[in-house]
Amino acid sequence: MRKSTTYLIFIAACITLLGFLLWVHPHFNANYFENSIRKKQQLVKMLGITDMCLFTEARYTRHLSQADHFAAFQDSPMAFEHFPSGSLTLPPLRFRK
Amino acid sequence: MDFTLSSMLRRKWKNISLIVVYSAIVFMITSVIFFANAIRKEAEAVLQDAPEVVIQKLMAGRHDLIPLTYVEKIMEIRGVRDVEARLWGYYYHQAAGSNYTVMATDDLALKDDEVVIGHGVLRTWGTVREKQLYIRGYDGRLLILKIKDILNADTELFSADLILTTASSFRRIFGVPAGFATDLAVRIRNLNECQTIAEKIVGIFPDTRPVLREEILRTYRSLFDWRSGYVLVLLSGAVLAFLIFAWDKATGLSGEEKSEIGILKALGWDTSDILLLKFWEGSVICLTAFFIGVLGAYVHVFFTRASLFEHALKGWAVLYPLFRLKPEINFYQLSVVFALTVFPYVLITIVPAWRVSTTDPDAVMRQG
Repeated sequence: MRKSTTYLIFIAACITLLGFLLWVHPHFNANYFENSIRKKQQLVKMLGITDMCLFTEARYTRHLSQADHFAAFQDSPMAFEHFPSGSLTLPPLRFRK
Repeated sequence: MDFTLSSMLRRKWKNISLIVVYSAIVFMITSVIFFANAIRKEAEAVLQDAPEVVIQKLMAGRHDLIPLTYVEKIMEIRGVRDVEARLWGYYYHQAAGSNYTVMATDDLALKDDEVVIGHGVLRTWGTVREKQLYIRGYDGRLLILKIKDILNADTELFSADLILTTASSFRRIFGVPAGFATDLAVRIRNLNECQTIAEKIVGIFPDTRPVLREEILRTYRSLFDWRSGYVLVLLSGAVLAFLIFAWDKATGLSGEEKSEIGILKALGWDTSDILLLKFWEGSVICLTAFFIGVLGAYVHVFFTRASLFEHALKGWAVLYPLFRLKPEINFYQLSVVFALTVFPYVLITIVPAWRVSTTDPDAVMRQG
């Protein structure tokens, strides 16, 4: 088989696989994700949750939307950002205006 | 294309190393895009049911406990459907070295010595005995709380560190006096009136700060903004290194490549044929790298739960939620990655080849 044929088959396979992953795969577990989101919505509504539980190392990263000005500088006035997740996240929107 | 591939196979390891590095760059960038997009969509879908307005009390710029007497005045505002006093706070468990969020709720029919916890609490608490938690209160007293239930594992992204208890248990743990709450969650009938009602509340209680649901959603929309933060810093070093490598490879044609072009010209190849050859060479490398990178990123984010990012996201935290993200692809961003992956590299491959192919073949062959 010619090298170009082999390469084009490889590219065609990649395109097919990418197309499958982008357009078909999301439907495989659609029910699971719908149920999952519904359960989360119920929990959020019941408890009045305002933030994701993604960064639990500091309170101003645990509740990103609820942090006050002082939370990030709780250790000292000139405390540079020392939590890794604080470098990933941005301050709440109202502090950036 | 056959000739291009044969030519590339003559410099097999150089081209393979270029494809590997290029694929890694595309993999990293695409993984960040997929992950950030999926998390943002999840936050937008779920936090739609967050309270319309959260009222916090401030004292000297810091978050302070809010008196329950504020509830009655806020309820009198036209358009307010309900005001719920929320009790929540952070408990640091020394044995686990982890922070937990303790919340009071009346919705789970709990007794004062019962709690409902998230899966992350069970995983990390470390000193759970016979389905009981031992919590040290603000006054040093030990409280023994029975685990009545565990929150659904599918909700870990929002509940992994939650410990739900009754209001009186909460006050015993943290010493929050009766008549005060952490903040107030305000439910509003007409969502278009949120801003107006928030302004009215601040007018009545100038020592409060409203947090609107829209602000919460926008905070999470801009979360993981990969145009800022150390993700970009990390990537910029890698991207710069790759650009230097690719530029060196593409612009500094080796002697062998120059003599190859010279020979082809001497054999009667036109400049346009040489450029087409180089175009295919560049295209093969970037298309291969693009597909390997993007497919790898999809598998990494949606099949292995973005395991490579876990350490960065976890930071120094002990507790990290286990969650599956719904595949959500932003095709605009994917097409930008494609454009940035393919076009610049093909261009910097063609330009030096054009310079060499317009030179006298004899001179080129002698140089090689």
